[in-house]
Order: sequence, then structure tokens, then C-alpha cells
Amino acid sequence: MSFFSWAWDWVTESANWHGSGSIPQQLVAHLGYSALPLLIATLIAVPAGVVIGHTGRGAALVVNLANAWRAIPTLGLLILLAVFLGFSFVTWLLPLTVLAIPPILVNVYEGVAGVDPGVKDAAKGVGMTPWQQVTHVEVPIALPLILVGLRTAAIFVVGTATIAAYIGLGGLGRFIFDGLASDQYGPVAGGALLLVVLAVLVLALFAVISRLAVPAGLRGQSKLGRTE
Amino acid sequence: MIWSWIPQNWSLIWNLTWENAKLGVLPALYGLVISLPLGIVCARWRWFYPPVLTVVNVLYVIPSLALFIALIPAFGLTDTTVIIALTVFSLCIILPNVVAGLRAVPAPVRQAATAMGYGGLRRLVTVELPLAIPVIMAGLRVGVVSSISLASLGQLIGVSSLGYLFIDGLQRSFPTEIYVGLVLVIVLALVCDLILVGVRRTLTPWEPRRERQARPVPARRLAA
Repeated sequence: MSFFSWAWDWVTESANWHGSGSIPQQLVAHLGYSALPLLIATLIAVPAGVVIGHTGRGAALVVNLANAWRAIPTLGLLILLAVFLGFSFVTWLLPLTVLAIPPILVNVYEGVAGVDPGVKDAAKGVGMTPWQQVTHVEVPIALPLILVGLRTAAIFVVGTATIAAYIGLGGLGRFIFDGLASDQYGPVAGGALLLVVLAVLVLALFAVISRLAVPAGLRGQSKLGRTE
Repeated sequence: MIWSWIPQNWSLIWNLTWENAKLGVLPALYGLVISLPLGIVCARWRWFYPPVLTVVNVLYVIPSLALFIALIPAFGLTDTTVIIALTVFSLCIILPNVVAGLRAVPAPVRQAATAMGYGGLRRLVTVELPLAIPVIMAGLRVGVVSSISLASLGQLIGVSSLGYLFIDGLQRSFPTEIYVGLVLVIVLALVCDLILVGVRRTLTPWEPRRERQARPVPARRLAA
């Protein structure tokens, strides 16, 4: 049997949709494990990225972070914290937040720093205060890239929240790791399929958000940004 | 931290590091090998790129662990499963850079090559591809670093990698083993990254020494 038939049989089995540890429960848990780190990372990385992009201070740090963060094995970080702290809040929150900060920070920085200098001068020239320059000009222009950063972070966090189940927490990873432990491929395949569906939904959600949030004058123009 | 554990388990550590390097580097290289022809086609026939990019963007969001699992029925709990999944991931990172690199070759340069009598293939191989190397290498670096880190997840489906040190360390509540795993994954990724920087400098001596940002921005742009 193929992956899809295993996954489909398991997902459409009505017993899996009811009771404790059912699909809806673990989906909600998974979204919870994903949303909180994303929120915290956004609150830290967006202001930091805007400040660094606007002032240019600390830019070297961000540029180096751009690639290096991908080297961090989140599973290792999670397990290390689990050994020291057990199943506490921090154990899953910290690694997932650490994972989400760099893509947001780097893209916000790039977006704000990449605003056309002529546009910045014009904003200054019409008498905008630095706060107005940032909030009325630089951030709206950087919005497409800011959303890209948030999207990348969201996709990575949703994917990686799965491994929180490895140290005994809930979420869609529960099905995967319980299935692997008991040699049942059905729940493993089903859990993986739900995970893929969730990730694709996140992608679709961001497509909608960018449609609604990006000013009409900027849409389809992101190619004008730097291409490397 | 119990330092004596390291020399006592030297051969285990070495084997796992080697396995992890293999599972990380091979996918990035395979990803490059597939991306080059595909990217050349996408850069030349522009209408071909948007549909390819859509597929790439969807593949990119599939979590690696889910892809490992989807490949188990076909390839079992083997290296092949991990290598194929990470090749797909690397491809999604490298391909947009190949296209961006080729498209960024200035039109006057291309025209000059044509005026000197270069045919399409010769121009591509001797002018356009060399000029695209820095952007392509930037993508390859991200691919290698990501794959090496993600390869440690292979241990979750029983494929030997540095992830073994995490899992064994958890089962034995032995932090030393986890530290060693963490440090080795990061060092391995950074060493491969530095090697690629060196390769790039050797291949394109005319470029400024400052590295381009190792980032694959074009594929992530929402408008793309």
C-alpha cells in the first residue's frame, strides 16, 4: 500500500476523530504550540528588524545570522532542554521561538533597509518625523518582505512543532511517534498527511493576507527589490 | 559535561558525523545537479518558470519529517529515504537561485558575447553560468547547511546520523552526549559552508571577496 492509501484510511476512520487524543484535539494542540512561539518571535523580531533596517546599526549581525541559524538542530535543542527542565513550558517554547526569530528578523531588516533612498529622502523632505517615516513609508513598503519572513517562520514552526511530541507533548507529532513506537504505519502516515495539509494551509493563509495587507501600489512590484 | 566520554566513544562519534555529513552533503549536490538544467530551462523560457515555482513553493513547505514518512513505503527506513527528501528540500532552495543568477546577467554582457560570435550554448557555458556562480553558490550554501541540520532528524525514523546522540542522550538523561551532538551538527554545517565559500572564490576570482548573502530571497517573495 502506498503512503496515501495508508494515510487516507487512517484519517477517514471515524474513531480517530472522537475522544481524548483525537485528531481535532491534537490539531488544536499543534496550533497552540505553533502560535505562541510565532507571536513571541514576531514581537521581538519585527521591532528589532525595523530598528536595524532604519538605523543600519547591527546590520552585520543580521547578515551573518541569515545563513547560520539554519545550522541549529532544533531537535537537539529541544532534547537538551527536556533533559534539564523536563516537560516545562520553556522546553518547547524556547527552541521554537529561537527557530522563528531569524527568518522574521532577516526579512524585516532586508525590507526596511532596501527601501529606495529617494523615497526615504522624499519622506524626510515633506517634513515627516522619523516615527512617521518608519510607520508611514518604510514599513508599508517593506511589507511584502516582512510577510515573507513571517510566512517562512510560520511554516518552519508548524513543521518543527511536530517534534515536541517526541519529548512527550501533544500535537500531530503524537500520532507519528506513537505509531513509530508501536510499528503501526497508519497513524504515522495520517499524522504526516495532516501536517502537510496544515503547512499548505499556512501557505494559503499568507497568500490571502498579502493580498489584503499589501498596498495596491506595491503589489507585483517586489521584483524591484534586491534580487539576491 | 563529562569530557572523558568523548575519547571513549570516539569511533561512534566519528561514524555518526560521517553518516550525517553524507546525508547532508549528497542531497545538496543532487539538488544542484537537478537545479542547473531545470534552472537553465526556466531562465530561458520564462513562461515555464511560474508553474515550476509554484510546485517548488509547495514542496518547500512540506516538513522534512513528513516527507521522510511519505517515502518509507517506497524506500524503507534507509539512507535513500532521507537523501531523497532532503534533495527535494535543497532543490527548492537552489533552483530559484539558479534562475535569479542567470537572469541577473546584464543584457550588454550577453549581447557582447553574441557579437563576438558566441552561439547560445557556448555563451551559456562560458559567460552566463560563470557570472551566475556567486548567486548559485549562495543557494547551495543554504542548501548544504539546512540539509546537514535536517539530516539529524533522520534518526527519528531510525536512519543513523548525529541525531542518535540527541535521542540516546535523552533516553539516558546524559547531557554530555547531547552537547556533543549539537556542537558537531553546527560545526559540520559551518565547515561545509566555509568550504563552499572557498570553492566560490576559486571559481570566480574576479568577484569581490566579500560574500554575497547566503540567502535564497527570490523564491520567498510573495509576488513570485
